[in-house]
Parts: sequence; C-alpha cells; structure tokens
Amino acid sequence: MTLRRTVATTRRVLRQLRHDLRTVALILAVPAVLMGLLAWILHGRAGDFNQFGPPLLGIFPLIVMFLVTSVATLRERTSGTLERLLTTPLAKADFVMGYALAFGLSAVVQALVVSGLSFSLYGLHVSGSAWLVVVVAVMDALLGTALGLSLSALASTEFQAVQFMPAFILPQLLVCGIIVPRSQLPPTLHWLSDVLPMSYAVDATQQLSASAAVTSEFLLDIGVVAMFVVAALLIGAATLRRRTH
Amino acid sequence: MEPAIRVEHLQVKRGGRTVVADVSFTVPSGSLVGLLGPSGCGKTTLMRSLVGTQIVAGGSVELFGQPAGSPALRSQVGYVTQAPSVYADLTVSENLRYFATVLAVPPTAADRVINDVGLGRHTDTVVGRLSGGEQARVSLATALLGSPRLLVLDEPTVGLDPLLRRDLWVLFAALASSGTTLIVSSHVMEEAERCQRLLLMRDGQILADDSPEALLARTGSTDFESAFIALIENPST
Repeated sequence: MTLRRTVATTRRVLRQLRHDLRTVALILAVPAVLMGLLAWILHGRAGDFNQFGPPLLGIFPLIVMFLVTSVATLRERTSGTLERLLTTPLAKADFVMGYALAFGLSAVVQALVVSGLSFSLYGLHVSGSAWLVVVVAVMDALLGTALGLSLSALASTEFQAVQFMPAFILPQLLVCGIIVPRSQLPPTLHWLSDVLPMSYAVDATQQLSASAAVTSEFLLDIGVVAMFVVAALLIGAATLRRRTH
Repeated sequence: MEPAIRVEHLQVKRGGRTVVADVSFTVPSGSLVGLLGPSGCGKTTLMRSLVGTQIVAGGSVELFGQPAGSPALRSQVGYVTQAPSVYADLTVSENLRYFATVLAVPPTAADRVINDVGLGRHTDTVVGRLSGGEQARVSLATALLGSPRLLVLDEPTVGLDPLLRRDLWVLFAALASSGTTLIVSSHVMEEAERCQRLLLMRDGQILADDSPEALLARTGSTDFESAFIALIENPST
C-alpha cells in the first residue's frame, strides 16, 4: 500500500462524485430532511425527539453511505475497472482505503449538515457534547461505507446489492435498542444484538443523551464501532481477487 | 534473449467445460502477434491467462521469465479488455491521470497517450458521452501509460472506422519496432495481414502459429478467411 496511490484513488472517487451533483445533493439532503421530518412528527414532544433523534442522526447517514458504497463498488466490479486496477501495482488496501477516505470525507460533511440543522433549527438537545454526536454520526457513516465495501462482494447485480440494505441493515435497526431497550429483548435476540455493530452506535448516542460527562461506556461503544469499521474494511480488501474464473 | 511470452500446455476450464485445451507457444520480444479466431474460441480467456487474472487448470504461463500475474510484472504489462474498462463518469484526462498515478508515471504521459490514440480534441469530455469507438480508445490509452514491455489488447479495433483502424495498426507496428511486444486479438480475418505473426485459434486450440505470408503459401490461399477454412477442413496442411 502506498499513500500516493491511496490518495489518488480517494481523489478519483471524489471527482466521480463531483460529476454527479445530484448524488452529492442526495447524500447531504436525505438525512437532513429525514431528521426534519422526525422533528415535525414529534412536534411538541421534545422528550421523544431527544430520545429518538440522536441515534437516528447516526443511522440515517449509515444507510445512505451503505447504499452509495455498495453500488459504487459493484460498478467497479461489473465495469471491468476493478479487474484492470488489479492488474496494475495498485494494492488492494489502496483501493479499499481510497474508497473509505473519499466516502469518509463525504460523511464528515454530511454529519456536519445534519447535526447542524438538528441542533439549531430542529431544536435537538443532548446532555453531553453535541460535537461527540457529530463524531458518532461520522463513525456510523464510515461503518455504512465499510459494510457496503465488504458486502458488495456477495452481490453480482445491482438488484442484489440494493436488497442487502433491507437484508443486513433493517434487522440491526429492529434489535439495536431503539424500538425496545436491548435489556428487554428475548435472550436470543439480546445475544444477536450484542454482536451487531449498530447496537453499539445507538448505545453511544444514548450515553450522550443521558450524561453530560464522557462515560467509559461511551468510549467502549465508540471503540467497538471503530473495530467493526476496521474489520469490515479488512474483509472488503480480502474479497478483492486478482485471479478469477 | 528471454521470450516475452512462453505458454506451455495451458489448460483453462470454466464450469466443467474446457475453454483452453493444452495450448503452447512462445513469442519473442518486440513482435506484433495477431490472435485470430471466431468469437467464443477462447481468445479472451487466453489473454486473461497471460495477464494473470484467469484461474488456470494446468500448464504454465511466463512473461519475461516470470510467472504471469507476479507483482513484478504489474507495471510491465498493459491490458485492454474487450469492453472499455475506464470510468464513464470521469473525463478522458481525469481517467488517464488517475491511472498514471497508479502506475507511477508522470502526468505528462497522460497527455502523450491521449494524442497517441487520437483523442486530443476530447481531453476534457466525460467518457460516457463519447462514442463506443472513442471509449475503446480511452481504454487503450490507459494501457499505453508507462510504456509497458508487453501489451495484451483484446479486440482493440472492433467497431472503428477503417481510417482509425489503419492508424492504430500503424501505432502498434511503431510500438513493436521500438521493442514493445504486442498480442492483439481480433475476429476479423483481414486484420491478419497487419501482424508479423499469427496465432489462429478455434475451440480452445491453436490451429496455426505462423507468419501471414507463410500461412497463405502453406494453405494455397489468397486471403486469410479461406486459409482459416482450409486449416479447419484439413488440419494437416
């Protein structure tokens, strides 16, 4: 892996985005509009908005980035550009990190937009630092990117790739503790939620909602999410094959 | 001198079917070799085996004395797939600059290869808006970056107008005389006369490995289409 090739890949992915401004607008606007909708639905119920808002602030970007990344990676696989790149000196890690950095940067901007609007216009409030909510939102978006990179290896068509969202993301949404606190889940589901990354992402924002100080649980949650990001990126790199049938 | 390509008893199977059956040949450095045969005869699979992206069932493929696909070869082999493998949503120049950085060659090389394939007027055009033939040339330009020692070109002239096709063959001949080895596939038999050497392929096997002149003389034909038919009907010629 070389820094120059990784950065070149990042810049190339960002250039592709620049030629597709509608996608950029969707990346930035969709989570912000969804949060606005949530604030509107929970109008006059500030307690509920402050409970559901912070976790969803991270989950909306996760879903958007998961879809964008899985389709982008699948396009590289089906268009032959990935096969060509793998005949060059480009390392698999250059490819994966290039994508992670490009979409990571997009995620930072996306998180700033959605958090900025949520904390000002929509009136979201947390006991802890609003900046740490932004950090969690960025981590969630990165998690979406990393999962998209690794899971797209299982898809051979766009139809399959988009269905990985309901297949891999929605179950996590159901057991992550937003609908029913994880402690009240049946034991099997509780155990399942323990091994899924979104549970930790949601728990991190719940820590920030409840406590003004940075708790050790929050740090643990963030650490676990980071580990999932790294693991998914490693799996993503491992699924790239220089030789195929 | 080490041959550019040495293939020995290469066998490739896909889904239980033999796609390349016991193929052997060598190609000396600096030659322009045409790989001709009908579509589906195994040309693409053979080329993928040369660049090391194909899982093979048996035999060996060596380029410049090293096993195909080894890391040291990655900056020495340029490969153009049949379908243009460039980014349709980037401009011609953005595509080439990216691949130039990946291959660690200076950005000026990007401008040179754009001119080599005659796309100077389209430098800042998004590739997706170019015609199919122009997109194929962007893909070809990418393979020319970094002056590779071996170029593996899968049907690079398909769908091009005759003038452009002639210009590209002139470019290929110039590259060969400067020492680059080229293996160029085509299903159009007339392109055979542009090559210094021909590999005729059918059903995963090499039917003939000869110079164009010798092939015509041997089969008593005046054109390559009939030479090909003569070889199929009477393999012992």
